Amino acid sequence: MARSIVTRNASKQFTMRYHRTIKQITIAAMRRQKISDTFNAVNDVSFDIEEGESVGLMGLNGSGKSTLLKLISGVMKPDEGRVLTRGRIAGLIATGAGFHPQLTGRDNVFLNAAILGMSEAETKRKFDQIVDFADIGKFLETPVGHYSSGMFSRLGFAVAVHTDCDIFLVDEVLAVGDRPFKKKCVARMQEVREAGSTMLYVSHASGSVRKMCDRVLVLEQGSLGYDGPVDEGIKYLNYEDDSEDDVNSEDSEDDDTDGELGADI
Amino acid sequence: MTAQSERPAQVGSFREGSLEPELISPFDSAGLVEVFKRRYLLRLLVQKEIQARYQGSLLGVIWSYVPSLVRFCMYFFVIGLILGLHKTVPNFAIHMFAALTAVHFFTETFSSGTRSIARNKAIVRKMPMPREMFPVASVIVSMIDSFPQLLILFIGAVSVGWHPDLLGIAAFLLGFAVITVLGTALALLFSAMNVFFKDFQQIVSTFQMFTHWIVPMIYPFVKIASSSFAGTWLYTAYLSNPLTVAVLLFQRAFWVPTFPTCGTPEAATAPNICAPGGDVSAVGYPVLPHHLFLLGFVMLAASLVILVLCQRAFSRLEGKFAERL
Repeated sequence: MARSIVTRNASKQFTMRYHRTIKQITIAAMRRQKISDTFNAVNDVSFDIEEGESVGLMGLNGSGKSTLLKLISGVMKPDEGRVLTRGRIAGLIATGAGFHPQLTGRDNVFLNAAILGMSEAETKRKFDQIVDFADIGKFLETPVGHYSSGMFSRLGFAVAVHTDCDIFLVDEVLAVGDRPFKKKCVARMQEVREAGSTMLYVSHASGSVRKMCDRVLVLEQGSLGYDGPVDEGIKYLNYEDDSEDDVNSEDSEDDDTDGELGADI
Repeated sequence: MTAQSERPAQVGSFREGSLEPELISPFDSAGLVEVFKRRYLLRLLVQKEIQARYQGSLLGVIWSYVPSLVRFCMYFFVIGLILGLHKTVPNFAIHMFAALTAVHFFTETFSSGTRSIARNKAIVRKMPMPREMFPVASVIVSMIDSFPQLLILFIGAVSVGWHPDLLGIAAFLLGFAVITVLGTALALLFSAMNVFFKDFQQIVSTFQMFTHWIVPMIYPFVKIASSSFAGTWLYTAYLSNPLTVAVLLFQRAFWVPTFPTCGTPEAATAPNICAPGGDVSAVGYPVLPHHLFLLGFVMLAASLVILVLCQRAFSRLEGKFAERL
Protein backbone atom coordinates (compact mmCIF):
# COMPACT_ATOMS: atom_id res chain seq x y z
CA MET A 1 0.00 0.00 0.00
CA ALA A 2 1.09 3.51 -0.76
CA ARG A 3 1.97 5.96 1.92
CA SER A 4 -0.39 8.85 2.23
CA ILE A 5 1.25 11.08 4.83
CA VAL A 6 4.96 11.02 5.58
CA THR A 7 6.66 13.19 8.17
CA ARG A 8 10.39 13.00 8.77
CA ASN A 9 11.90 14.78 11.76
CA ALA A 10 9.40 17.58 11.32
CA SER A 11 9.81 20.48 13.72
CA LYS A 12 8.01 23.77 14.02
CA GLN A 13 9.25 26.59 16.18
CA PHE A 14 7.19 29.52 17.30
CA THR A 15 8.72 32.83 18.26
CA MET A 16 7.10 34.69 21.08
CA ARG A 17 7.74 38.38 20.83
CA TYR A 18 7.28 40.33 23.98
CA HIS A 19 7.75 43.78 22.46
CA ARG A 20 6.53 45.10 19.19
CA THR A 21 7.80 48.66 18.82
CA ILE A 22 11.35 49.98 18.64
CA LYS A 23 10.81 51.91 21.86
CA GLN A 24 9.73 48.80 23.73
CA ILE A 25 12.56 46.76 22.28
CA THR A 26 15.14 49.39 23.25
CA ILE A 27 13.85 49.64 26.80
CA ALA A 28 13.76 45.86 27.14
CA ALA A 29 17.30 45.58 25.79
CA MET A 30 18.53 48.20 28.26
CA ARG A 31 16.93 46.37 31.14
CA ARG A 32 18.42 43.14 29.81
CA GLN A 33 15.04 41.54 29.47
CA LYS A 34 14.33 38.93 26.88
CA ILE A 35 13.11 40.40 23.60
CA SER A 36 11.84 37.17 22.17
CA ASP A 37 11.64 33.53 23.07
CA THR A 38 11.12 30.44 21.00
CA PHE A 39 9.52 27.13 21.74
CA ASN A 40 9.05 23.97 19.75
CA ALA A 41 5.39 23.41 19.08
CA VAL A 42 6.22 20.29 17.09
CA ASN A 43 9.52 18.64 17.84
CA ASP A 44 11.22 16.06 15.63
CA VAL A 45 8.11 14.11 14.72
CA SER A 46 8.37 11.20 12.27
CA PHE A 47 5.66 8.80 11.18
CA ASP A 48 4.09 7.25 8.09
CA ILE A 49 0.39 6.89 7.48
CA GLU A 50 -0.75 4.45 4.82
CA GLU A 51 -3.52 5.15 2.37
CA GLY A 52 -6.94 4.41 3.84
CA GLU A 53 -5.74 4.32 7.43
CA SER A 54 -7.75 6.10 10.07
CA VAL A 55 -5.53 7.54 12.75
CA GLY A 56 -6.44 9.30 15.98
CA LEU A 57 -4.19 12.14 17.11
CA MET A 58 -4.34 12.62 20.85
CA GLY A 59 -2.57 14.61 23.49
CA LEU A 60 -3.13 17.21 26.14
CA ASN A 61 -3.92 20.80 25.27
CA GLY A 62 -0.85 22.55 23.92
CA SER A 63 0.86 19.34 22.91
CA GLY A 64 1.05 20.44 19.27
CA LYS A 65 -1.85 18.57 17.69
CA SER A 66 -3.27 21.54 15.84
CA THR A 67 0.16 22.70 14.69
CA LEU A 68 0.91 19.23 13.34
CA LEU A 69 -2.39 19.26 11.51
CA LYS A 70 -1.53 22.66 10.03
CA LEU A 71 1.79 21.29 8.81
CA ILE A 72 -0.03 18.43 7.13
CA SER A 73 -2.75 20.60 5.63
CA GLY A 74 -0.15 22.95 4.15
CA VAL A 75 -1.05 26.08 6.08
CA MET A 76 2.31 26.03 7.87
CA LYS A 77 5.74 25.01 6.75
CA PRO A 78 8.01 22.91 8.96
CA ASP A 79 11.18 24.73 10.05
CA GLU A 80 13.12 21.50 9.97
CA GLY A 81 12.50 18.08 8.53
CA ARG A 82 9.76 17.51 6.05
CA VAL A 83 6.11 16.71 5.68
CA LEU A 84 4.85 15.07 2.50
CA THR A 85 1.31 14.22 1.49
CA ARG A 86 -0.33 12.54 -1.45
CA GLY A 87 -3.47 13.85 -3.08
CA ARG A 88 -6.07 16.39 -2.19
CA ILE A 89 -6.51 17.35 1.43
CA ALA A 90 -9.74 18.48 3.00
CA GLY A 91 -11.24 18.32 6.39
CA LEU A 92 -12.95 19.86 9.31
CA ILE A 93 -10.05 22.04 10.32
CA ALA A 94 -11.18 25.55 9.75
CA THR A 95 -14.74 25.31 8.60
CA GLY A 96 -16.07 28.65 7.59
CA ALA A 97 -12.64 30.29 7.78
CA GLY A 98 -12.85 31.41 4.20
CA PHE A 99 -16.33 32.85 4.57
CA HIS A 100 -16.73 36.49 3.81
CA PRO A 101 -19.39 38.07 6.04
CA GLN A 102 -20.70 40.38 3.33
CA LEU A 103 -21.25 37.68 0.72
CA THR A 104 -24.37 35.53 0.66
CA GLY A 105 -24.38 31.91 1.73
CA ARG A 106 -24.53 30.83 -1.90
CA ASP A 107 -21.52 32.93 -2.97
CA ASN A 108 -19.58 31.74 0.05
CA VAL A 109 -20.24 28.10 -0.77
CA PHE A 110 -18.72 28.63 -4.21
CA LEU A 111 -15.77 30.61 -2.88
CA ASN A 112 -15.05 28.17 -0.07
CA ALA A 113 -15.32 25.18 -2.38
CA ALA A 114 -12.90 26.85 -4.81
CA ILE A 115 -10.38 27.45 -2.03
CA LEU A 116 -10.67 23.75 -1.16
CA GLY A 117 -9.79 23.00 -4.78
CA MET A 118 -13.17 22.25 -6.33
CA SER A 119 -13.94 23.32 -9.87
CA GLU A 120 -17.06 25.24 -10.81
CA ALA A 121 -18.70 22.16 -12.32
CA GLU A 122 -17.93 20.07 -9.26
CA THR A 123 -19.40 22.69 -6.94
CA LYS A 124 -22.55 22.97 -9.03
CA ARG A 125 -22.93 19.21 -9.00
CA LYS A 126 -22.69 19.07 -5.22
CA PHE A 127 -24.43 22.33 -4.45
CA ASP A 128 -27.81 20.80 -3.59
CA GLN A 129 -26.24 18.16 -1.35
CA ILE A 130 -24.26 20.86 0.46
CA VAL A 131 -27.32 23.03 1.01
CA ASP A 132 -29.38 20.04 2.16
CA PHE A 133 -26.67 19.06 4.60
CA ALA A 134 -26.31 22.55 6.04
CA ASP A 135 -30.08 22.87 6.26
CA ILE A 136 -30.14 26.66 6.42
CA GLY A 137 -33.22 27.04 4.23
CA LYS A 138 -34.05 30.50 2.97
CA PHE A 139 -31.00 32.08 4.59
CA LEU A 140 -28.93 30.86 1.67
CA GLU A 141 -29.39 34.21 -0.06
CA THR A 142 -28.56 36.41 2.94
CA PRO A 143 -25.05 37.56 3.81
CA VAL A 144 -23.42 35.07 6.17
CA GLY A 145 -22.55 37.93 8.51
CA HIS A 146 -26.19 37.80 9.62
CA TYR A 147 -26.15 34.07 10.34
CA SER A 148 -26.33 32.61 13.79
CA SER A 149 -23.09 30.94 14.81
CA GLY A 150 -24.69 27.54 14.41
CA MET A 151 -25.77 28.24 10.85
CA PHE A 152 -22.37 29.68 10.01
CA SER A 153 -20.54 26.56 11.18
CA ARG A 154 -23.06 24.22 9.64
CA LEU A 155 -22.55 25.76 6.23
CA GLY A 156 -18.77 25.56 6.69
CA PHE A 157 -19.04 21.92 7.70
CA ALA A 158 -21.29 21.13 4.78
CA VAL A 159 -18.77 22.43 2.23
CA ALA A 160 -15.85 20.69 3.90
CA VAL A 161 -17.44 17.25 4.15
CA HIS A 162 -18.51 17.31 0.52
CA THR A 163 -15.01 17.84 -0.83
CA ASP A 164 -13.68 14.72 -2.50
CA CYS A 165 -10.34 14.12 -0.93
CA ASP A 166 -7.58 11.62 -0.39
CA ILE A 167 -6.75 12.87 3.08
CA PHE A 168 -9.40 14.02 5.53
CA LEU A 169 -8.30 15.95 8.61
CA VAL A 170 -10.63 16.52 11.54
CA ASP A 171 -9.87 19.07 14.21
CA GLU A 172 -12.94 20.90 15.21
CA VAL A 173 -15.39 20.97 18.00
CA LEU A 174 -18.37 18.94 17.01
CA ALA A 175 -20.22 21.43 19.15
CA VAL A 176 -21.75 23.10 16.16
CA GLY A 177 -25.37 22.53 15.72
CA ASP A 178 -27.69 20.34 17.61
CA ARG A 179 -27.68 16.61 18.15
CA PRO A 180 -29.25 15.68 14.78
CA PHE A 181 -26.58 17.69 13.00
CA LYS A 182 -23.81 16.09 15.02
CA LYS A 183 -25.14 12.66 14.13
CA LYS A 184 -25.17 13.64 10.48
CA CYS A 185 -21.55 14.76 10.74
CA VAL A 186 -20.39 11.56 12.37
CA ALA A 187 -22.26 9.50 9.78
CA ARG A 188 -20.71 11.52 6.99
CA MET A 189 -17.23 11.05 8.47
CA GLN A 190 -17.81 7.31 8.54
CA GLU A 191 -18.78 7.50 4.88
CA VAL A 192 -15.61 9.39 4.01
CA ARG A 193 -13.62 6.80 5.87
CA GLU A 194 -15.35 3.89 4.18
CA ALA A 195 -14.76 5.49 0.79
CA GLY A 196 -11.08 4.85 1.39
CA SER A 197 -9.79 8.28 2.40
CA THR A 198 -6.96 8.52 4.84
CA MET A 199 -8.27 10.07 8.02
CA LEU A 200 -6.47 11.94 10.78
CA TYR A 201 -8.76 12.64 13.68
CA VAL A 202 -7.89 14.91 16.58
CA SER A 203 -9.93 14.20 19.64
CA HIS A 204 -9.87 13.95 23.40
CA ALA A 205 -12.80 11.58 23.53
CA SER A 206 -11.49 8.06 23.74
CA GLY A 207 -14.92 6.71 22.84
CA SER A 208 -15.13 8.32 19.46
CA VAL A 209 -11.47 7.57 18.75
CA ARG A 210 -12.22 3.88 19.42
CA LYS A 211 -15.14 4.07 17.03
CA MET A 212 -13.39 5.93 14.25
CA CYS A 213 -9.74 4.94 14.32
CA ASP A 214 -7.52 1.91 14.00
CA ARG A 215 -4.32 3.55 15.22
CA VAL A 216 -3.39 6.31 17.64
CA LEU A 217 -0.58 8.85 17.76
CA VAL A 218 -0.01 10.63 21.06
CA LEU A 219 1.85 13.93 21.19
CA GLU A 220 3.58 15.07 24.34
CA GLN A 221 4.89 18.62 24.36
CA GLY A 222 5.45 18.51 20.65
CA SER A 223 7.17 15.11 20.50
CA LEU A 224 5.64 11.84 19.42
CA GLY A 225 5.14 9.86 22.62
CA TYR A 226 3.21 6.90 21.37
CA ASP A 227 2.34 5.33 18.03
CA GLY A 228 0.33 2.14 17.92
CA PRO A 229 -2.99 0.40 18.52
CA VAL A 230 -5.91 2.39 19.87
CA ASP A 231 -6.49 0.74 23.24
CA GLU A 232 -2.86 0.91 24.34
CA GLY A 233 -2.72 4.51 23.21
CA ILE A 234 -5.68 5.47 25.32
CA LYS A 235 -4.13 3.62 28.24
CA TYR A 236 -0.87 5.48 27.60
CA LEU A 237 -2.74 8.75 28.02
CA ASN A 238 -4.63 7.49 31.09
CA TYR A 239 -7.84 8.39 29.32
CA GLU A 240 -9.46 4.98 29.72
CA ASP A 241 -11.40 6.00 32.85
CA ASP A 242 -13.90 8.05 30.94
CA SER A 243 -14.25 5.56 28.15
CA GLU A 244 -17.13 3.74 29.81
CA ASP A 245 -19.35 6.76 29.65
CA ASP A 246 -19.11 7.62 26.04
CA VAL A 247 -18.76 4.33 24.20
CA ASN A 248 -21.93 3.77 22.24
CA SER A 249 -23.71 6.53 24.06
CA GLU A 250 -25.40 9.20 22.06
CA ASP A 251 -23.67 11.89 24.02
CA SER A 252 -20.22 10.72 23.09
CA GLU A 253 -19.58 13.80 21.05
CA ASP A 254 -20.49 16.08 23.89
CA ASP A 255 -17.34 14.98 25.64
CA ASP A 256 -15.44 16.07 22.62
CA THR A 257 -17.00 19.41 22.94
CA ASP A 258 -15.66 20.32 26.32
CA GLY A 259 -12.20 19.05 25.59
CA GLU A 260 -11.78 20.52 22.17
CA LEU A 261 -13.32 23.88 22.79
CA GLY A 262 -10.19 24.59 24.73
CA ALA A 263 -7.94 23.10 22.08
CA ASP A 264 -4.67 24.88 21.52
CA ILE A 265 -4.16 27.51 18.86
CA MET B 1 12.21 17.37 -2.06
CA THR B 2 9.85 16.79 -4.92
CA ALA B 3 10.00 19.35 -7.69
CA GLN B 4 7.54 22.19 -7.28
CA SER B 5 6.12 21.74 -10.74
CA GLU B 6 4.44 18.55 -9.63
CA ARG B 7 2.13 20.40 -7.31
CA PRO B 8 -0.75 20.97 -9.76
CA ALA B 9 -1.44 17.25 -9.66
CA GLN B 10 -2.75 17.77 -6.18
CA VAL B 11 -5.42 20.20 -7.21
CA GLY B 12 -6.74 18.55 -10.29
CA SER B 13 -6.83 14.91 -9.36
CA PHE B 14 -7.96 12.95 -6.41
CA ARG B 15 -8.84 9.32 -5.95
CA GLU B 16 -11.10 9.02 -8.94
CA GLY B 17 -8.69 10.90 -11.17
CA SER B 18 -6.64 9.08 -13.73
CA LEU B 19 -3.38 10.62 -12.54
CA GLU B 20 -1.85 9.02 -9.48
CA PRO B 21 -0.80 11.97 -7.32
CA GLU B 22 2.74 12.14 -6.01
CA LEU B 23 3.98 12.50 -2.48
CA ILE B 24 4.67 16.21 -2.26
CA SER B 25 5.11 18.91 0.30
CA PRO B 26 1.63 20.31 0.99
CA PHE B 27 2.99 23.79 1.68
CA ASP B 28 5.07 24.50 -1.39
CA SER B 29 3.38 25.82 -4.47
CA ALA B 30 4.53 27.01 -7.84
CA GLY B 31 3.73 30.60 -6.88
CA LEU B 32 2.41 32.85 -9.62
CA VAL B 33 2.27 29.94 -12.07
CA GLU B 34 -0.07 28.18 -9.69
CA VAL B 35 -2.21 31.30 -9.37
CA PHE B 36 -2.89 31.33 -13.09
CA LYS B 37 -3.59 27.62 -13.10
CA ARG B 38 -6.39 28.20 -10.63
CA ARG B 39 -8.10 30.97 -12.56
CA TYR B 40 -11.54 29.99 -11.32
CA LEU B 41 -10.57 30.66 -7.71
CA LEU B 42 -8.85 33.87 -8.78
CA ARG B 43 -12.03 35.03 -10.50
CA LEU B 44 -14.12 34.36 -7.40
CA LEU B 45 -11.64 36.23 -5.21
CA VAL B 46 -11.72 39.21 -7.56
CA GLN B 47 -15.52 39.23 -7.50
CA LYS B 48 -15.50 39.01 -3.72
CA GLU B 49 -13.06 41.88 -3.48
CA ILE B 50 -15.09 44.14 -5.76
CA GLN B 51 -18.31 43.32 -3.97
CA ALA B 52 -16.79 43.84 -0.55
CA ARG B 53 -14.97 47.05 -1.36
CA TYR B 54 -18.00 49.17 -1.98
CA GLN B 55 -20.65 47.41 0.02
CA GLY B 56 -22.79 49.65 2.15
CA SER B 57 -21.88 52.88 0.39
CA LEU B 58 -24.38 54.79 -1.71
CA LEU B 59 -22.00 55.93 -4.41
CA GLY B 60 -20.18 52.61 -4.47
CA VAL B 61 -17.49 52.34 -7.08
CA ILE B 62 -17.55 56.09 -7.74
CA TRP B 63 -15.64 56.60 -4.52
CA SER B 64 -12.47 55.24 -6.03
CA TYR B 65 -12.47 58.18 -8.46
CA VAL B 66 -13.34 60.97 -6.09
CA PRO B 67 -9.77 61.58 -4.85
CA SER B 68 -8.44 61.41 -8.40
CA LEU B 69 -11.04 63.79 -9.74
CA VAL B 70 -10.63 66.26 -6.90
CA ARG B 71 -6.90 66.21 -7.45
CA PHE B 72 -7.40 66.65 -11.17
CA CYS B 73 -9.65 69.69 -10.65
CA MET B 74 -7.16 71.21 -8.22
CA TYR B 75 -4.24 70.77 -10.58
CA PHE B 76 -6.37 71.96 -13.46
CA PHE B 77 -7.12 75.28 -11.78
CA VAL B 78 -3.94 75.91 -9.84
CA ILE B 79 -1.32 74.65 -12.26
CA GLY B 80 -3.28 75.17 -15.45
CA LEU B 81 -4.97 78.49 -14.87
CA ILE B 82 -2.99 80.21 -12.13
CA LEU B 83 0.47 79.07 -13.17
CA GLY B 84 -0.65 79.31 -16.79
CA LEU B 85 0.33 75.92 -18.21
CA HIS B 86 -2.84 75.86 -20.28
CA LYS B 87 -1.26 78.56 -22.40
CA THR B 88 2.12 76.98 -22.88
CA VAL B 89 1.09 73.34 -23.19
CA PRO B 90 -1.53 72.32 -25.77
CA ASN B 91 -4.35 70.22 -24.28
CA PHE B 92 -2.75 70.35 -20.87
CA ALA B 93 -5.82 68.67 -19.31
CA ILE B 94 -5.26 65.57 -21.47
CA HIS B 95 -1.57 65.63 -20.61
CA MET B 96 -2.43 65.63 -16.94
CA PHE B 97 -5.27 63.14 -17.06
CA ALA B 98 -3.26 60.60 -19.06
CA ALA B 99 -0.56 60.78 -16.41
CA LEU B 100 -3.07 60.68 -13.58
CA THR B 101 -4.68 57.53 -15.01
CA ALA B 102 -1.34 55.75 -15.15
CA VAL B 103 -0.32 56.91 -11.68
CA HIS B 104 -3.70 56.06 -10.18
CA PHE B 105 -3.53 52.52 -11.56
CA PHE B 106 -0.06 52.11 -10.10
CA THR B 107 -0.82 53.53 -6.64
CA GLU B 108 -4.07 51.52 -6.37
CA THR B 109 -2.20 48.34 -7.25
CA PHE B 110 0.61 49.07 -4.86
CA SER B 111 -1.44 50.11 -1.85
CA SER B 112 -4.27 47.59 -2.04
CA GLY B 113 -1.74 44.87 -2.90
CA THR B 114 0.30 45.72 0.18
CA ARG B 115 -2.70 45.26 2.45
CA SER B 116 -4.04 42.18 0.65
CA ILE B 117 -2.53 39.40 2.78
CA ALA B 118 -3.19 41.05 6.12
CA ARG B 119 -6.76 41.78 5.08
CA ASN B 120 -7.37 38.11 4.26
CA LYS B 121 -5.66 36.76 7.32
CA ALA B 122 -8.67 34.65 8.29
CA ILE B 123 -8.07 32.56 5.20
CA VAL B 124 -4.27 32.65 5.16
CA ARG B 125 -4.06 31.43 8.75
CA LYS B 126 -6.36 28.50 8.27
CA MET B 127 -6.70 27.38 4.70
CA PRO B 128 -3.99 26.10 2.39
CA MET B 129 -3.92 27.84 -0.98
CA PRO B 130 -1.36 29.68 -3.09
CA ARG B 131 -0.90 32.80 -1.00
CA GLU B 132 0.10 34.80 -4.08
CA MET B 133 -3.61 34.73 -4.96
CA PHE B 134 -4.38 37.75 -2.80
CA PRO B 135 -1.90 40.29 -4.16
CA VAL B 136 -2.65 39.15 -7.70
CA ALA B 137 -6.41 39.47 -7.13
CA SER B 138 -5.95 43.01 -5.83
CA VAL B 139 -3.89 43.92 -8.92
CA ILE B 140 -6.74 42.68 -11.11
CA VAL B 141 -9.29 44.61 -9.06
CA SER B 142 -7.22 47.79 -9.50
CA MET B 143 -7.05 47.10 -13.21
CA ILE B 144 -10.83 46.79 -13.42
CA ASP B 145 -11.10 49.94 -11.32
CA SER B 146 -9.02 51.82 -13.88
CA PHE B 147 -11.27 51.10 -16.84
CA PRO B 148 -13.84 53.87 -16.27
CA GLN B 149 -11.01 56.34 -15.88
CA LEU B 150 -9.51 55.15 -19.15
CA LEU B 151 -12.89 55.60 -20.76
CA ILE B 152 -13.10 59.21 -19.56
CA LEU B 153 -9.57 59.79 -20.84
CA PHE B 154 -10.55 58.30 -24.18
CA ILE B 155 -13.66 60.49 -24.49
CA GLY B 156 -11.72 63.59 -23.42
CA ALA B 157 -8.98 62.91 -25.96
CA VAL B 158 -11.44 62.30 -28.79
CA SER B 159 -13.25 65.55 -28.00
CA VAL B 160 -10.05 67.55 -28.61
CA GLY B 161 -9.31 65.81 -31.89
CA TRP B 162 -7.46 62.64 -30.94
CA HIS B 163 -7.29 59.98 -33.57
CA PRO B 164 -5.56 56.76 -32.70
CA ASP B 165 -2.30 55.89 -34.41
CA LEU B 166 -0.87 52.41 -34.31
CA LEU B 167 2.30 53.49 -32.54
CA GLY B 168 0.20 55.30 -29.93
CA ILE B 169 -1.83 52.19 -29.16
CA ALA B 170 1.38 50.20 -28.88
CA ALA B 171 2.70 52.85 -26.47
CA PHE B 172 -0.41 52.53 -24.31
CA LEU B 173 -0.17 48.73 -24.17
CA LEU B 174 3.52 48.88 -23.33
CA GLY B 175 2.94 51.44 -20.58
CA PHE B 176 0.07 49.40 -19.18
CA ALA B 177 2.22 46.26 -19.18
CA VAL B 178 5.06 48.01 -17.35
CA ILE B 179 2.72 49.21 -14.59
CA THR B 180 0.98 45.84 -14.28
CA VAL B 181 4.21 43.87 -13.95
CA LEU B 182 5.87 46.35 -11.63
CA GLY B 183 2.72 46.76 -9.56
CA THR B 184 2.36 42.99 -9.17
CA ALA B 185 6.00 42.67 -8.13
CA LEU B 186 5.74 45.38 -5.49
CA ALA B 187 2.35 44.10 -4.29
CA LEU B 188 3.89 40.66 -3.73
CA LEU B 189 6.92 41.94 -1.85
CA PHE B 190 5.15 44.50 0.28
CA SER B 191 2.16 42.31 1.11
CA ALA B 192 4.62 39.76 2.50
CA MET B 193 6.62 42.31 4.47
CA ASN B 194 3.45 43.91 5.76
CA VAL B 195 2.64 40.65 7.53
CA PHE B 196 5.68 41.10 9.73
CA PHE B 197 5.56 44.82 10.28
CA LYS B 198 2.52 46.96 9.61
CA ASP B 199 4.98 49.84 9.12
CA PHE B 200 5.19 48.86 5.48
CA GLN B 201 1.68 50.00 4.66
CA GLN B 202 2.59 53.38 6.17
CA ILE B 203 5.80 53.48 4.15
CA VAL B 204 3.82 52.79 1.00
CA SER B 205 1.33 55.58 1.64
CA THR B 206 4.17 58.00 2.44
CA PHE B 207 5.95 57.03 -0.74
CA GLN B 208 2.81 57.74 -2.70
CA MET B 209 3.04 61.41 -1.83
CA PHE B 210 5.99 61.60 -4.20
CA THR B 211 4.48 59.81 -7.15
CA HIS B 212 2.63 62.87 -8.42
CA TRP B 213 5.77 64.96 -8.47
CA ILE B 214 8.36 62.61 -9.87
CA VAL B 215 6.48 61.95 -13.09
CA PRO B 216 5.68 64.47 -15.84
CA MET B 217 2.09 65.14 -14.83
CA ILE B 218 1.72 68.69 -13.56
CA TYR B 219 4.66 69.79 -15.69
CA PRO B 220 5.49 68.62 -19.22
CA PHE B 221 8.58 66.54 -19.92
CA VAL B 222 9.91 69.32 -22.11
CA LYS B 223 10.60 71.30 -18.90
CA ILE B 224 12.92 68.54 -17.71
CA ALA B 225 14.59 68.23 -21.10
CA SER B 226 15.23 71.96 -21.29
CA SER B 227 16.20 72.44 -17.65
CA SER B 228 19.73 72.73 -16.36
CA PHE B 229 19.96 69.10 -15.37
CA ALA B 230 19.28 67.69 -18.81
CA GLY B 231 22.24 65.49 -19.66
CA THR B 232 23.34 65.06 -16.05
CA TRP B 233 22.93 62.00 -13.87
CA LEU B 234 19.74 63.49 -12.47
CA TYR B 235 18.18 63.32 -15.90
CA THR B 236 19.22 59.67 -16.18
CA ALA B 237 17.81 58.97 -12.73
CA TYR B 238 14.55 60.66 -13.67
CA LEU B 239 14.16 58.43 -16.69
CA SER B 240 15.21 55.30 -14.79
CA ASN B 241 11.88 55.33 -13.01
CA PRO B 242 9.63 52.79 -14.74
CA LEU B 243 6.58 54.79 -13.70
CA THR B 244 7.92 57.91 -15.46
CA VAL B 245 8.43 55.92 -18.64
CA ALA B 246 4.94 54.41 -18.36
CA VAL B 247 3.45 57.87 -17.91
CA LEU B 248 5.32 59.13 -20.98
CA LEU B 249 4.02 56.14 -22.94
CA PHE B 250 0.45 56.95 -21.86
CA GLN B 251 1.00 60.55 -22.97
CA ARG B 252 2.43 59.35 -26.27
CA ALA B 253 -0.79 57.38 -26.73
CA PHE B 254 -3.38 59.98 -25.73
CA TRP B 255 -1.81 63.42 -25.62
CA VAL B 256 0.75 63.59 -28.45
CA PRO B 257 -1.83 62.70 -31.16
CA THR B 258 -3.81 65.82 -30.19
CA PHE B 259 -0.93 68.17 -31.08
CA PRO B 260 -1.51 70.97 -33.59
CA THR B 261 0.55 70.92 -36.77
CA CYS B 262 3.78 72.94 -36.50
CA GLY B 263 3.65 76.35 -38.10
CA THR B 264 -0.14 76.68 -37.92
CA PRO B 265 -1.63 79.48 -35.79
CA GLU B 266 -2.81 76.94 -33.16
CA ALA B 267 0.79 75.95 -32.52
CA ALA B 268 1.95 79.54 -32.11
CA THR B 269 1.60 79.64 -28.30
CA ALA B 270 3.85 76.60 -27.80
CA PRO B 271 6.23 76.44 -30.76
CA ASN B 272 8.03 73.46 -29.19
CA ILE B 273 5.04 71.23 -28.66
CA CYS B 274 3.59 70.46 -32.06
CA ALA B 275 3.52 67.77 -34.70
CA PRO B 276 5.97 68.49 -37.55
CA GLY B 277 3.96 68.44 -40.75
CA GLY B 278 0.99 67.04 -38.83
CA ASP B 279 2.78 63.70 -38.35
CA VAL B 280 2.53 62.66 -34.69
CA SER B 281 5.07 59.88 -35.05
CA ALA B 282 7.66 62.55 -35.85
CA VAL B 283 7.25 64.09 -32.39
CA GLY B 284 10.36 63.39 -30.41
CA TYR B 285 12.91 65.04 -28.18
CA PRO B 286 12.49 67.37 -26.28
CA VAL B 287 8.72 66.73 -25.97
CA LEU B 288 9.44 63.05 -25.34
CA PRO B 289 12.77 61.48 -24.37
CA HIS B 290 15.02 59.90 -26.97
CA HIS B 291 14.20 56.27 -27.78
CA LEU B 292 10.96 56.19 -25.79
CA PHE B 293 9.94 52.73 -27.02
CA LEU B 294 13.34 51.20 -26.40
CA LEU B 295 13.18 52.69 -22.92
CA GLY B 296 9.73 51.17 -22.47
CA PHE B 297 10.93 47.70 -23.38
CA VAL B 298 13.94 48.03 -21.09
CA MET B 299 11.59 48.99 -18.24
CA LEU B 300 9.31 46.04 -19.02
CA ALA B 301 12.29 43.69 -18.93
CA ALA B 302 13.54 45.24 -15.69
CA SER B 303 10.07 44.94 -14.16
CA LEU B 304 9.95 41.26 -15.09
CA VAL B 305 13.30 40.71 -13.38
CA ILE B 306 12.00 42.56 -10.31
CA LEU B 307 8.87 40.37 -10.41
CA VAL B 308 10.95 37.19 -10.32
CA LEU B 309 13.01 38.53 -7.40
CA CYS B 310 9.90 39.62 -5.49
CA GLN B 311 8.31 36.22 -6.04
CA ARG B 312 11.40 34.60 -4.56
CA ALA B 313 11.32 36.88 -1.56
CA PHE B 314 7.63 36.11 -1.15
CA SER B 315 8.24 32.34 -1.18
CA ARG B 316 10.85 32.81 1.48
CA LEU B 317 8.66 34.92 3.72
CA GLU B 318 5.40 33.00 3.34
CA GLY B 319 6.67 30.16 5.55
CA LYS B 320 5.92 32.33 8.57
CA PHE B 321 2.65 33.93 7.45
CA ALA B 322 0.30 31.65 9.35
CA GLU B 323 1.97 32.24 12.71
CA ARG B 324 2.71 35.94 12.37
CA LEU B 325 -0.66 37.16 11.20
